[in-house]
Amino acid sequence: MNAPSALAPAPDSAPPPRPGAVRRFAASCISTPANIALTAAIALLLALTLPDLVEWTLVKARFSGAGPEACRDPDGACWVFVSARIGQLLYGDYPPPERWRVDLVLAITAACAIGLMLRPVRRHAPLALALLWLGPALSWVLALGGVFGLPPVATTRWGGLALTAIVAATTLAGAIPLGLALALARRSQLPLLRWLAVATIELGRGVPLVAVLFVAMAVLPLLLPPGVELSPLLRAALAFVVFNAAGMAEVFRGGLQAVPAIQTEGARALGFTRLQILGLIELPQALVIAMPGLVNTAIAVIKETTVVLIIGLLDFLAQIQAGLADPQWIVGDQVRDAAYFFAGLVFWIVCFGLSRLSAGLERRTAPGR
Amino acid sequence: MAFAALFTARYWTWRRLGALSIQALIAAAVLAVVWAAAENALANLARLKIKTGFEFLERPAGFAIAQRLIPYSESSSYFAAFLTALLNTLVLAAVAILIATPLGFAIGVARRAPNQLLAGVATAYVETLRNVPLLLQLFFWYFAVLQTLPAPRASHSLLGVIFLNNRGLILPAPADAGSAAIALGAILAVGALAAWGARILRRRLEAGGATGGGALLAPALAFGAPLLALLAAAATLHWERPVLSGFNFAGGIVVIPEFVAMALALSLYSAAYIAEIVRAGIASVAPGQVEAARALGLPPAIVSLRIVIPQALRAIVPPLANEHLRLLRNTTLAAAIAYPDLMLVFAGTVLNQTVQAFEVMAITVATYLAISLVVSAAMNLYNRRVLQAGG
Repeated sequence: MNAPSALAPAPDSAPPPRPGAVRRFAASCISTPANIALTAAIALLLALTLPDLVEWTLVKARFSGAGPEACRDPDGACWVFVSARIGQLLYGDYPPPERWRVDLVLAITAACAIGLMLRPVRRHAPLALALLWLGPALSWVLALGGVFGLPPVATTRWGGLALTAIVAATTLAGAIPLGLALALARRSQLPLLRWLAVATIELGRGVPLVAVLFVAMAVLPLLLPPGVELSPLLRAALAFVVFNAAGMAEVFRGGLQAVPAIQTEGARALGFTRLQILGLIELPQALVIAMPGLVNTAIAVIKETTVVLIIGLLDFLAQIQAGLADPQWIVGDQVRDAAYFFAGLVFWIVCFGLSRLSAGLERRTAPGR
Repeated sequence: MAFAALFTARYWTWRRLGALSIQALIAAAVLAVVWAAAENALANLARLKIKTGFEFLERPAGFAIAQRLIPYSESSSYFAAFLTALLNTLVLAAVAILIATPLGFAIGVARRAPNQLLAGVATAYVETLRNVPLLLQLFFWYFAVLQTLPAPRASHSLLGVIFLNNRGLILPAPADAGSAAIALGAILAVGALAAWGARILRRRLEAGGATGGGALLAPALAFGAPLLALLAAAATLHWERPVLSGFNFAGGIVVIPEFVAMALALSLYSAAYIAEIVRAGIASVAPGQVEAARALGLPPAIVSLRIVIPQALRAIVPPLANEHLRLLRNTTLAAAIAYPDLMLVFAGTVLNQTVQAFEVMAITVATYLAISLVVSAAMNLYNRRVLQAGG
């Protein structure tokens, strides 16, 4: 399959110039007859699908119009659904005069996420932890209200992308420190602590998220003293934290194991205490090694937040579903297809963006740190 | 350490005493939390007049399940409902794994293909599917694809024997269950025999130093014989073809659309992750190995079969098993489109009817955990025995 190797050049001749990207691409696609046939088949497939996709999403799509009536045309995507229901998609049932608070929540979440990616922040664990906690804490205070003269808004009215962002940020804020604690407890010298950590991690990894959510919904209220009630959102967030802490613990364990043993041995020989070895030698290196795994888990958390719709919370995806179930919007396939395409695009941009960002960081910080 | 050593003064250093007291504190804290939770639970159960115990499993369930692989009716017990739902979960996971694994391998290999167009398409597949929530993909397949299929009268059909419409996927069924069971047994027997024969053949060939086309005989036997047996069984069995009568099909096996949507979403999503595992596994084989094998004049097929694949498998199989387990856990998303899996039927309907949250959730969680632990244990054993031993 691979290109025939060039004959050895004459000893005194300069190496031939490396062909350009386009040439290399063309050369890789056209070599043997079988390869040419393969290329032709893929090109044909793309030629049959891509123009239709572009036509559907852009050329024949409806971008403006007055409500569902604009979507009766059956040839292109109907983006009118998205613009008409953008309020629900972003804010859920949050009272309109207070929606600036949700805007602020979304801005804070985005700012903290970007802040956590910056190098000076990532290299100072206390600063990173502060940002990790500050974002969700501010979000909860702002969205809940009841203080600083903000009218209170019950969590049952939260929804849309704001709910998705709050659940994801809260989960990460809780699961990352808890996961690190579990990973450290797992290698503790105290057997009891070790067993508890192993049991928690294996339970979290072996049980489906939906089951953990059901336990939080059906069993947790029975374990609390009568009169104490947690909102469904808080219970769901708790389930997400516990479930994802187990995954985070495995990521941190991998990071800690990857630190060469000779480093800790050297530090011990120099008379460092165990706490110093952990804080100054192991953790700084383990965190850098664990970074790609952490970002992957964060992406998984963002995708997973959609599962809250199974227990009746109205997150971004649930708002899409609710909008599609609205009788006035049942006007044909174009509304539904466009709505799913839009939802997929939003998640894809966030998740793919994060993964690219993390891959870029990895390349820049990889060697010799 | 001798037991008597515990009683010497030197054993009880300050450090040991400290460790012991910290653990005693932790144990006390854990016990206190468990104790308080148990007290609350008992008080709440008494206040809400909720029964306890597992005798509810014998009571009639009183609800129907849309997909039954074992006899089940509304008068069957809750335990029968549990088994029916568990079987639905397992069958869904098995079908999705059987689709996802070869597809993932193909895409993973395609990502490393010399043809950059093919590699690009494979990369686009992986990056698209991995970065969109599985639940959204499930909604897409269920609501946007399967529910918009035509009615039975206008079914899509494949060769006039397989039909796809808004009632689901209709497959031909063997007319006689007994002979189908015999045929299945025969195929499995041929498969086992072929695997055994291939092993012996491979040893013989290796002992004889066969490196040419001869070495391909063993895998050809291992995969070819069961395939031939399958084809022979398919040809000899008497099949009942689904026929359109009135508004629906008669005969054949009807696969409900919820199952089709779940299987599609789960397998396509997992295939993207399996592709990454396979790609990383192949990349983990040192390039020098391939170069050395080529330098020895081994043909490309032998290089792949005897040099690359055995080494790549060591890196692929453990994460692949994890991915299969993740697929199994993801079957619980069935609750969103009402496919009657274990989570929806047991932790959903049965819990709502009996209100015995502790018992129902304990059974559900324990079932998933047990499957997970059994597969993990089997994987570890396989890893130690086969992969690391180099067999």
